[in-house]
Amino acid sequence: MKSLISLGIKTVDSHEKEPGRPWTLTEKLLLGLTPQQYLLQAVRNPFNWFLAVVFAIGIPILLGRFVFGLSWVTHSSNDYPWGMFLGFGLFAMVPLSSSGFQMGTACEVFGRHDLEPLERIGLLNGLLGYFFAVVYLLADLGQPWRLPYPMVVSFGPAAVLFLVAWHVSTYLSVQVAEVSTSFFEWIGFPAGKRAVRKITLGLTVAGIILSTLHQGALGALFTYAPGKVHPLWYSSSFQWLHFFVSSLPGGLCMVIAVSTIASRTMTWRCDERFRQNLDRLTVSIAKGAAMGLATYLTIKLIGIAHDNEWAYLATGWGAWFLLEIGAGVILPLGLFAYGIRNQKLPVIRFAAFTTIFGVVLNRVNTAMITFNWKLPYREIPHWREAVICLTIFCIYLVVYRFILYRLPILYQWRSQEEPALAHAPARETQHTMPAEPIAVPAYRSRLVPETEKA
Amino acid sequence: MKRRDFLKVCLAGGAAATFGGACGTARAGGSFEGYPDGMGVLVDTTRCIGCRSCEAACNKEQKMPEPKKPFDDMSVFNQPRRTDETALTVVNRYEVKESSRGQMYRKQQCNHCNEPACLTSCFVNAYTKTREGAVIYNGDICVGCRNCMIACPFNIPGYSYSSAFNPLVKKCIFCYDTRLKYGKPPACVDICPQEALTFGHRKDLIKTAHERIRETPDRYYDHVYGEKEVGGTGWLYISSVSPDQLAMDTSLGNEPIISNVKEFLGTVPMVLSIWPALFSGIHLLATRNKDHHDNDTSTHTPGQEDGTP
Repeated sequence: MKSLISLGIKTVDSHEKEPGRPWTLTEKLLLGLTPQQYLLQAVRNPFNWFLAVVFAIGIPILLGRFVFGLSWVTHSSNDYPWGMFLGFGLFAMVPLSSSGFQMGTACEVFGRHDLEPLERIGLLNGLLGYFFAVVYLLADLGQPWRLPYPMVVSFGPAAVLFLVAWHVSTYLSVQVAEVSTSFFEWIGFPAGKRAVRKITLGLTVAGIILSTLHQGALGALFTYAPGKVHPLWYSSSFQWLHFFVSSLPGGLCMVIAVSTIASRTMTWRCDERFRQNLDRLTVSIAKGAAMGLATYLTIKLIGIAHDNEWAYLATGWGAWFLLEIGAGVILPLGLFAYGIRNQKLPVIRFAAFTTIFGVVLNRVNTAMITFNWKLPYREIPHWREAVICLTIFCIYLVVYRFILYRLPILYQWRSQEEPALAHAPARETQHTMPAEPIAVPAYRSRLVPETEKA
Repeated sequence: MKRRDFLKVCLAGGAAATFGGACGTARAGGSFEGYPDGMGVLVDTTRCIGCRSCEAACNKEQKMPEPKKPFDDMSVFNQPRRTDETALTVVNRYEVKESSRGQMYRKQQCNHCNEPACLTSCFVNAYTKTREGAVIYNGDICVGCRNCMIACPFNIPGYSYSSAFNPLVKKCIFCYDTRLKYGKPPACVDICPQEALTFGHRKDLIKTAHERIRETPDRYYDHVYGEKEVGGTGWLYISSVSPDQLAMDTSLGNEPIISNVKEFLGTVPMVLSIWPALFSGIHLLATRNKDHHDNDTSTHTPGQEDGTP
């Protein structure tokens, strides 16, 4: 793509190819390239070859799961009913998708409009993460076609999963609405965009409520199994807080990670506003993530102290727990502190990836590795289960890339009809002035009034 | 923010809070100690000889598939087994240190809890605790999330993973459809040649169990497993050795599983009712005298943008 642009190809970033001649939908879909050019750039990308191999093996296995049943792709364990599809797919994807509500809250509720260049990628990351968590869920459910049952057929309102089901589905629709503004710009439907903008605040506040509850609820699901989850990963009182609070740095670090990858691999798609603000905003978001991590570490320790589980730290499980906390929480916390203080962006970015690793490890530990710690054997997932997980993850990457290439996420849509957007650059230059950006959704409530006074 | 918008947010929050509050009251019920006329079974492991006839009777009554090894094959005792999609009840053999007999057997199946974890964890209400004391399952609405299998403290429910199009949870239903409903004991109790299984009202069985322990204290370890565990179970066990020697989990506590979840459930209405006002308030404070993007940006002139104080 880079080389094509250097050859003078014009990318789609506004309604009109040239004055008076709008882009057709096909042209928009093909990024303004001819079909030949499009195929050529796709074939030249080595990552596509990797994807092709994964899909060649994975898609038939994924389809086979629905034809031959779960026993064909998993070990059909009655002791470990939740395998990788949920342990990784659902429990890890959802916390990493909390970016949507956090970036939305920061920009729309707390008025941090300087974060706007990364707002849309945060929202998109949230939407796709949730969507694919549901895809993983569909692969795991015994009878996926009955997924709407808790909404329409039979209610179990006393169950935590009932709350998760309702909140995730409601929140998915909220996120679709939030991301739809980009889609309306791209497709050319300004009335739709205006309609959604009007209810943005309501959507954002709904997002905070739904996220708080279902991020926590995923943790609370494990309070049904007090004897099965290892005590170090279990806390009747704090389980939901552990899951909720760790999702905050998880989601913010995903914004750093995704924007880092996007700025490296699709530079052509990022506009000036995105590129110029990226480093500064990364530092802002890293501050938020660091505060989230510090809080998480604190309540994790409170959880152990509350149930007096210190003795378990001396066991083998304890060493594993300390590794998770050390590599996934304390290490990134230190790196963030160093990176933010010295404005070392590579360090901050590395810390973000480490945090993501830590959050994923925590979920996989809770749901799979330390689950049934009293049983004499551990379940190693079937290879087909792992292949399906990888395949769905690759589909996620493809969809992610497809949208980033097209919708105005990393760039601003240049639009004649809406003069408001034209002055956006002016707004930024004003906004770069506050030299101490603060970016902690969870804590901003406390901090914002202080900075407002200043 | 315009006042009208603020009211809208509050209204939405209020509606959400009402919904959440309704859920909350439904959840906050006190602990349930079982239906007064609930039935149960007392398992006296001192009488069990490991003949597996209960397994065979269950297999026949519930129309389960033919097992790989016939029911008179005692080699199955070499490995501990658990209930699964092909066997709703299994008998295991345990090497016991202190008992003179050296080996003991224990039948396991769904214990039919007073306040079942499977029931409270099910988001489509596929489980029902009947007045007769059985915990039954409705396969027509089960989505297959298998949360009940996560929740069951006794690791009882199995799942028919092998079925691609209609996989279901398989667990003992106390022979509810064919026997218990008509006041008859389940098939396993009927067939037991040793009278190791006694069917009756749960209340009476608890008395019987304690009487047996009192009358022959040498024969029994003084504990009725299931009388109090996880809020009480319909099936009760007495034995000559401590329950842990027969692989019965003694760390479960006497609270029903749902008690662990109540702390979280209690926060739900709070979040639903407080968050909308809290965050709308923060929004008002944070964007005081500033542009706040509530309306479409085109309604502002550039000069109004960022009128920082």
